[in-house]
Amino acid sequence: MSISIRSPRDFCAGLIFLFFGALAAYIARDYPMGSAVRMGPGYFPYLLGILLALLGVVICIKSLVAHGERIESASLRALLLVLGAIGVFAGTIESAGIVIATALLVGIGAAASPESRLREVVVLIVFMLALAVGLFTYGLGLPFKIFPI
Amino acid sequence: MELLANLQLGFEIALTLQNILYCLVGVFLGTLIGVLPGIGPVATIAMLLPATFTLPPVSALIMLAGIYYGAQYGGSTTAILVNLPGEASSVVTCLDGYAMARQGRAGPALAIAALGSFFAGTVSTLILAMFAPPLAEIAFKFGPAEYFSLMVLGLIAAIVLAHGSLINAIAMILLGLLLGLVGADTNTGQFRFTFGLPQLTDGIGFVVVAMGLFGFSEIIANLERRAKREVVMAKITSLFPTRDDLKASWKAVLRGTGIGALLGILPGGGATLGSFAAYALEKKVAKDPTRFGKGAIEGVAGPESANNAGAQTSFIPLLTLGIPTNAVMALMIGAMTIHGITPGPQVMTERPELFWGMIASMWIGNLLLVVLNLPLIGIWVKLLSVPYRILYPAILLFSCIGVYSLNNSAVDVALALAFGFLGYLFIKFDCEPAPLLLGFVLGPMMEENLRRALLLSRGDPTVFVTRPLSLALLVAAAALLVIVVVPAVRRKRAEAFQE
Repeated sequence: MSISIRSPRDFCAGLIFLFFGALAAYIARDYPMGSAVRMGPGYFPYLLGILLALLGVVICIKSLVAHGERIESASLRALLLVLGAIGVFAGTIESAGIVIATALLVGIGAAASPESRLREVVVLIVFMLALAVGLFTYGLGLPFKIFPI
Repeated sequence: MELLANLQLGFEIALTLQNILYCLVGVFLGTLIGVLPGIGPVATIAMLLPATFTLPPVSALIMLAGIYYGAQYGGSTTAILVNLPGEASSVVTCLDGYAMARQGRAGPALAIAALGSFFAGTVSTLILAMFAPPLAEIAFKFGPAEYFSLMVLGLIAAIVLAHGSLINAIAMILLGLLLGLVGADTNTGQFRFTFGLPQLTDGIGFVVVAMGLFGFSEIIANLERRAKREVVMAKITSLFPTRDDLKASWKAVLRGTGIGALLGILPGGGATLGSFAAYALEKKVAKDPTRFGKGAIEGVAGPESANNAGAQTSFIPLLTLGIPTNAVMALMIGAMTIHGITPGPQVMTERPELFWGMIASMWIGNLLLVVLNLPLIGIWVKLLSVPYRILYPAILLFSCIGVYSLNNSAVDVALALAFGFLGYLFIKFDCEPAPLLLGFVLGPMMEENLRRALLLSRGDPTVFVTRPLSLALLVAAAALLVIVVVPAVRRKRAEAFQE
């Protein structure tokens, strides 16, 4: 009998847990462990990391035995454009100011939905700019740079 | 009559013009996001937190609490009128509420939901006022060992009550605990898991985690589902329930309030669990259970009272022990910390105006909700016709501005992005994010208490089982775990979440 993954969702989840657990334990090894009486900064995270990695392994093994649902297909467009829009906002807010950051965020973000229409998006950007500058920057006094200069 | 004096103090605080105003803003926003599917109280509170910086702490907490219980009202409106639960806690209201609406009885369903919620809100405000002080009294006797055991119990209960796989939930909690440890260690100053980033030395902000896991990932998942939201508006002819309606529902309201209040206190509980349990209970005690799903008014009255009661009593562990029981309460802890308040039993004695002001404001908020919502139903339904393609870019912007302005840090936004991606993976792989957030908030507290307990016992780990209070808490945790592992209960649990 060949080994096959019967519950892909659990298998992937298990891999994530294994990854983070192993990573945490690996890094925490370098911190002073201390003893049970005087726990060093490495003690608790090392313990947690090992436990998490073990659980990850158990979940992976379980997914080879018990059947589970398939992973639903993903929309790369939604994923990449939403995350991309947030990333662009993070990258521009401090250098280029709130106006450019907002316009880019709303523009790129709106492109994530196939239902978006160009004219609506333009109106939305104008409206959001008014809010970002009028309400957040002047109204609530958040310290945003408005324009690049 | 200390209770009366305390409540009087509370109302004096809550009834100032400013606080009424913030309460109103809170419940209004809560209803709004309750109506809109795709954005929940966790993301909203995270978004608004920076805006509360300049407010006095009482006003800020009054507003944030209002968002949570206000969302329960809003969720029921759309569940009844358009068969669309705005919040998870009103999923069961759809069953009979929408059936009633189709029979032309939307008005009475809405009225009963609102009145039941108001009654439940009043009762649970009183419960909060009566039971919080004695509980805080007990909490003062807690040492580090007890606190550690209490957190273990809380986390275990959160696992048991979460839906989905148990072992995944445990792993999520462990991951959350680990994430909570990022930053400088409080005892030694050692930087942990900072990857050389100076922005991480203070730890990852909980708003960053919450926004990524509950805000950003939800948006991506919603865009994928692209479910058609057809708004078939049921006509509202009369708001008034008939005498028969009232007769059929008053007992359901009482039962719903009781079960909701009880489940709200439990760790991992809150509004959602109560509403499901109340629906099951109503079906069980009904003379003719076949009526359910076809417009039985008890099926609206019970769950709606329960979710509101649960939303409010879930503040009890937060205000008395400083321990969050669900994701919203985890955020409230964060909000308190930002305003320089350490959550715990001392809040009641050191800041009575804050404690009692918040409690009193909950009753006022419930009153505002009843008075406001019934006339505003038309507006809420109109809002539903705003398509998601317009809504989500706005949510995206508010979220980004919210995360950024917390520390004026672009790195925080980038981190939230990473958590958004992680949260998206978890949605795909069927892992509930709520236990992670709980673990995240409890991580540093747990480590601190574990260290202190072992230091005091000179490294003797039996301290957790030799102190009676601590032992009792651990036994309770073990019992809970054993119960769910027993196959029969396990099947029941799966059924309960299926409904």
